[in-house]
Amino acid sequence: MRVKLSRESLESDLVRLVEEISGEDLSTCYQCGKCSAGCPVAGSMDILPSQIIRLIQLGLVEDAMASETIWLCAACQTCYARCPKGVDLTRVMEALRELAMQELGDSLQVAQIAPCDLAEFPQQAFVAGFRKYTQ
Amino acid sequence: MRFAYFPGCTLETKAIGFDRSARQVAGELDADLVTLQEWNCCGATFPLSTDNLLDIVGPARNLVSAAEAGESTLVVACATCFNVLRRTNHALQQNADALEKINLFMERPADYAGQVQVRHLLDIFDHEVGLEEIAKKSRPGLGGLRVAAYYGCMLLRPANEIALDDPERPDIMDRLFRAMGAETVEYPHRGECCGAYLTVRSPDASMEITHRILAAAIRAGADVIATACPLCQFNLDWLQNRMAQAYAGFQKIPVLYFTQLMGLAMGLDATGYDFEKHYVDPRPVLREAGLLHTPSTVAVGRP
Repeated sequence: MRVKLSRESLESDLVRLVEEISGEDLSTCYQCGKCSAGCPVAGSMDILPSQIIRLIQLGLVEDAMASETIWLCAACQTCYARCPKGVDLTRVMEALRELAMQELGDSLQVAQIAPCDLAEFPQQAFVAGFRKYTQ
Repeated sequence: MRFAYFPGCTLETKAIGFDRSARQVAGELDADLVTLQEWNCCGATFPLSTDNLLDIVGPARNLVSAAEAGESTLVVACATCFNVLRRTNHALQQNADALEKINLFMERPADYAGQVQVRHLLDIFDHEVGLEEIAKKSRPGLGGLRVAAYYGCMLLRPANEIALDDPERPDIMDRLFRAMGAETVEYPHRGECCGAYLTVRSPDASMEITHRILAAAIRAGADVIATACPLCQFNLDWLQNRMAQAYAGFQKIPVLYFTQLMGLAMGLDATGYDFEKHYVDPRPVLREAGLLHTPSTVAVGRP
């Protein structure tokens, strides 16, 4: 992957926004990979959790926002529990989802859900799902 | 003893078997659960962005309602509601600015000051009722069933805010079942996420992770899975049809709420437990273990 690093991208508004919305300082992460190792959904992700942080550290926030990863995060807190530096990656994922939705709209429409599923699923699945996947 | 109780919207409807068994078992153990007069949906997921106070208002309103009713403790059975309410309480206790804004927004007669303590039903059984009491009221052995206690994430993490059990090696549910004389199995992935809301958008991803959990429990010799969350129960249960198609040789296993199993061990009337609504029918396994019976035919407890 060929990337161009510049002062503008490293100190961009998007990086600042991610840090503000998440409340996390991403320079704390030293890329040990424990978050990726512990993430139960990592196997289905296109970009690993630790790589998401790396992208933001390099100012490539839009790449992170375009990933499928942020929508596969179940906010299970395993990454946060294992991180030796105490970075709450779930908050970073939430910030990325919010920024992505501001730009691209909702990630889930009711129409996409099968009517039989709408009837079967416990309502907490929808309340949580719509909170995470829509604005 | 009596405790103020927050059922949560799913326990009132889809997971009413969990609610009924929880109330019945708690009542039998002299720990009556009395529902809050005024409560609303907790929001099902704790809002993780620093600028999203509005999503905290919903859960906060339940804490305020408990405080206004003069309650110092609020007991919750649903692991997700427990997690959201506890984290909300923690956020308000730690952040004076957020607390002030929420109080101003809600305009209740008295400001909330973080005085309510949110506790999970497992905690009440462990520390208020005591495992010895529970053992006395149970017919020991749970019919020989081997239980795989499944904790999921909401009961455990983040550990500093939830503080119910060891986040990596939890055992509160296991100790409860062992106190009732049941055999519990050790297996990996028991504190791993079931996928939660992922099932709504990416059911195959949820299926992969729930299969990993169930396969490990089955390999360890489990006959039943015990859970404390309606969404965990749903994911582990409903997704088994998909698993049977995706994974050759997959053997289905019933997924129950820990209070349903407790009720059965205590010989209580399980009519309201809604076993027929489970996707993997637990009744054959329970019948074989001699646990499905009418109360009049069972000698409960020890003389």
